[in-house]
Amino acid sequence: MSIEKGVKSSPRKKQKAVFALQKESEKEELLSDSDVTDEPEKLEESDEEEQGMDSDSEMSSGGGDPFANDILQGSDDEDDEEEGSEGSDGDSDSDESDIEKRAKAIDDEKAREEEDAEAELQLNIKEEADEFRLPTPEMFPVVELMELIEAFEKPRPICLRTNTLKTRRRDLAGVLLNRGVNLDPLSKWSKLQSASSFLPVMALAPQEKERIVDMAAAPGGKTTYVAALMKNTGIIYANEMKESRLKSLTANLHRMGVTNTIVSNYDGRELPKVLGNNSVDRVLLDAPCSGTGVISKDESVKTSKNALDIQNCAHLQKQLILAAIDSVDANSKSGGYIVYSTCSIMVAENEAVIDYALKKRDVKLVPCGLDFGRPGFTRFRGQNFHPSLDKTRRFYPHVHNMDGFFVAKLKKMSNLKQTPQQQSETLGEVDEAPGLVESNEQNNVEGDGQKHQKKKAVVKENKKTNKKTNNGFTKLGTGEKAAASGNEKRVKRKRPSREEIAKTREEKRLALREAKRKAKTESKAASK
Amino acid sequence: MRPLDENETTLVFNKLHKFVGNNLKNIVLESQSHEGPDANPGRYCFRLQKNRVYYVSESLIKRATNVKREKLVSLGTQIGKFTKAGKFHLTIQSLNLLAANAKHKVWLKPTSEMSFLYGNSVLKGGVGRITENIQVNDGVVVFSMSDVPLGFGDAAKSTVDCRKMDPNGIVVHRHADIGEYLRMEDDL
Repeated sequence: MSIEKGVKSSPRKKQKAVFALQKESEKEELLSDSDVTDEPEKLEESDEEEQGMDSDSEMSSGGGDPFANDILQGSDDEDDEEEGSEGSDGDSDSDESDIEKRAKAIDDEKAREEEDAEAELQLNIKEEADEFRLPTPEMFPVVELMELIEAFEKPRPICLRTNTLKTRRRDLAGVLLNRGVNLDPLSKWSKLQSASSFLPVMALAPQEKERIVDMAAAPGGKTTYVAALMKNTGIIYANEMKESRLKSLTANLHRMGVTNTIVSNYDGRELPKVLGNNSVDRVLLDAPCSGTGVISKDESVKTSKNALDIQNCAHLQKQLILAAIDSVDANSKSGGYIVYSTCSIMVAENEAVIDYALKKRDVKLVPCGLDFGRPGFTRFRGQNFHPSLDKTRRFYPHVHNMDGFFVAKLKKMSNLKQTPQQQSETLGEVDEAPGLVESNEQNNVEGDGQKHQKKKAVVKENKKTNKKTNNGFTKLGTGEKAAASGNEKRVKRKRPSREEIAKTREEKRLALREAKRKAKTESKAASK
Repeated sequence: MRPLDENETTLVFNKLHKFVGNNLKNIVLESQSHEGPDANPGRYCFRLQKNRVYYVSESLIKRATNVKREKLVSLGTQIGKFTKAGKFHLTIQSLNLLAANAKHKVWLKPTSEMSFLYGNSVLKGGVGRITENIQVNDGVVVFSMSDVPLGFGDAAKSTVDCRKMDPNGIVVHRHADIGEYLRMEDDL
């Protein structure tokens, strides 16, 4: 009885019309008959249902099983789930054992290419092409998939952080307990309770007297935490694009007694222009995302996001992360780090963005300093990422009992705008490109011509035009422009040793550019 | 963002003097800022941005000049606002600064803390301790018994009169309290 109720309530909660219909129709089939239907879709869904039954029963009867599993340790999910499902109820043992066998078979078959399928299930309410469902479940084994979905339904425990600028944790705990608040100290991370939104700050590890930029700061939880860690020394630039959120940001900063902050209202992509390139020690970028990780807080995310939204988010995030990297000074004594985090579990917003940054700039991934959490994916659904992406961290509600989250820590190796590997690419690209977008090529080359004079003001202007044109482009276009402007930059700045390897390539490129410029000076003269 | 001119500076200093008295020199002249990675951090100054007065260190000011005027929202600590009529009012964000340098203090009993935080004035019955030598219309900073600053206001009665009063008399007119962060977040 409890199983049926569990299954019935969860489809309603999830508001998936298609899913619900199929679930209800198949529910009786499953209970009576453990054979599964032929179509692969239904096979997976019924598996999920069966696992859903198991996990539902876990939820209802076990109660604390999924929660007991995690507590801040990357637990071995499959083992835990199997134990839980075995112990949970005895209503339909034969069904369960069949289910488990099938689950294990499926688990063995699938590699670690899961999440997108489950996320897409959540995101695509309308009828989607089969291609979205067939590769399910790619990120998780089926068993875990249901765990994740179930975990999204439940609110995560509220965590508090003491404002160390004003009080101590013990005092705060005492006061709250007096008022009747149930407090369980999570003492794992050095004296502070934490929830997923504090992890990026812990990864950032700001030191005193540093210059830090928080690119998307509202409502200010992370910024105030950074300030507390820095003990109000140094300078924090808190930036927030949306005016409506600025008020809460400033109010929080003042309330928490933060004195070392400048609050500004820029689009994050403009920050390198405002602050100057290579001027700050660390950057925290908590990128705007689709919010798929925090569904427990905001259920509308399930219904309101589609694949296009993810694409747009990903594009914005890529631009923001490049801006973030450009602001950081690679040669800073104590810093040179960028922490990128999202509250989403989608690969397109997480690993893909980091991979893009690795290609476009001279940065490398370093360990986050968070000893729990699952490593990020190095390949997913045919996309292969840089192997160091396993240093990033993913957090899931059903494993770590916090909101879905992704954290990556990058170290800027040098102030170059372009990695050496890219130089050979650009040679090829520049050759092929002229047919593609002529007007922008003109802008670009004009900028090149100006830059040859190596004036700083001109450099900025060129960057501006590049950035403006960049925003309208596909990734290929932006890559070229960034590469071209990066070439200019390198010529202008002092050269680290890596340049020695790339010098021949640069000379080749210079030659190409000269040739182009000569061709274009005529058009420039004509236009002027 | 611009420095204060003569009149504005006078107004601000007068208001501050009401609360901190001679400690004003601590705030203005001798303060050492520990912000910024520069070797010589410099002192704190006041700056005006959109009718709000901020108390910032010099190193922060240097950095903030990059930010366009429309885009700069806040820097350092806000201490008060100028009204359209040209008067200067201290706002709650200045509490930390005031509390550190306050001359006249009132400590509240635990029972009346909540009442004060909801925006009511301080009654005699709620006063736990009070510093000596408070005259009428002096600036007073209100603390809880555990020395947590709760807000500030104007003294309605001097200390001497306060002792003779009945328990329901108002001792301090409330100007600002930290409950405002919740009640009037938008107005800050």
